[in-house]
Amino acid sequence: MVFTAIIFFLAAIGAITGAFGVVLLRNPFYSVLALAVHLVSLAALFLLLRAEFVAAAQVIVYAGAVMVLYVFVVAYVGAGEQLASGGVLRVLGPLFALALAIELCIAMLGAGLAGVNSKGAAYVPGFGSPRSIGELFLTKFLFPFEAASILLLVAAVGAVVLARRRRGLEPDEQFERQVSVPRPAWTGTMAEAGGLTMPAHADERTYVEGEPVATPGSDRPNQEGGW
Amino acid sequence: MNIGWYLTVSAIIFCIGAGGVLVRRNPLVVLLCLELMLNAANLALVAFARMWGNEDGQVFALIVMVVAACEVTVGLGLVVAIYRRRLPIDVDELNELQG
Repeated sequence: MVFTAIIFFLAAIGAITGAFGVVLLRNPFYSVLALAVHLVSLAALFLLLRAEFVAAAQVIVYAGAVMVLYVFVVAYVGAGEQLASGGVLRVLGPLFALALAIELCIAMLGAGLAGVNSKGAAYVPGFGSPRSIGELFLTKFLFPFEAASILLLVAAVGAVVLARRRRGLEPDEQFERQVSVPRPAWTGTMAEAGGLTMPAHADERTYVEGEPVATPGSDRPNQEGGW
Repeated sequence: MNIGWYLTVSAIIFCIGAGGVLVRRNPLVVLLCLELMLNAANLALVAFARMWGNEDGQVFALIVMVVAACEVTVGLGLVVAIYRRRLPIDVDELNELQG
């Protein structure tokens, strides 16, 4: 019993500290690491609540996969940021959060419900095990299970569509084209080394048989700009 | 430990997340704070499942995890698209839906 209480308080302190770290740390990369701490502590709380499978899924899916996704995006986007928004929200946001916390605690602890003040129902062996969760997913909750899989598919496709590189939509493409310096032919682009392109000054050279003849100047920027 | 303790922790985490959504400006951190709120809800669901001795709440928590993963994927895709177009990565500046 004392052991359970110690683990509970350690995990709860870890979860709350991690949550504060997410909000207060200036660098988004450290925020992501704080969220990892928070998630692992929360998995410990799930274990205390005898939700083994949920805890395992939490560690594997969240602390594993989702965190990696976050870390990659933070590394890609970079981390220059201000701490808080100026003006009204900076004052009102924490006040709102504090009021909400007090209100929720009053609602839950002041209600005096018998269930809330108990240790929960009697433990049945196998409660929260992968077997019983899987059985529920495939019998009682089959429709939500399938809907979740379709939702995952839609999200994966949507993310690819959103994040893909669109031709012509980027505002600085023309700028890059202007910046790319015209170079004499056969001076060392990789496309030329691979024999993929012809020199632009087509009439000054003899070619190997069978190479396609590029029209001079039409696609030069694409092959020499190097992007 | 009584179930009430878990619910209190859940409420505190939820409120930290809600405050973070209001205060922070980087969409990445806003997404992280949304994760905090979803996790707080998960903790409450699992605690109630323990209270009733029935696993429906745990199944619900797993579905919430799936939804959170989808939300993160799409949100990060949006952040990458914003970055590609050289727009400011700041939710206060990004207030127009048009192209």
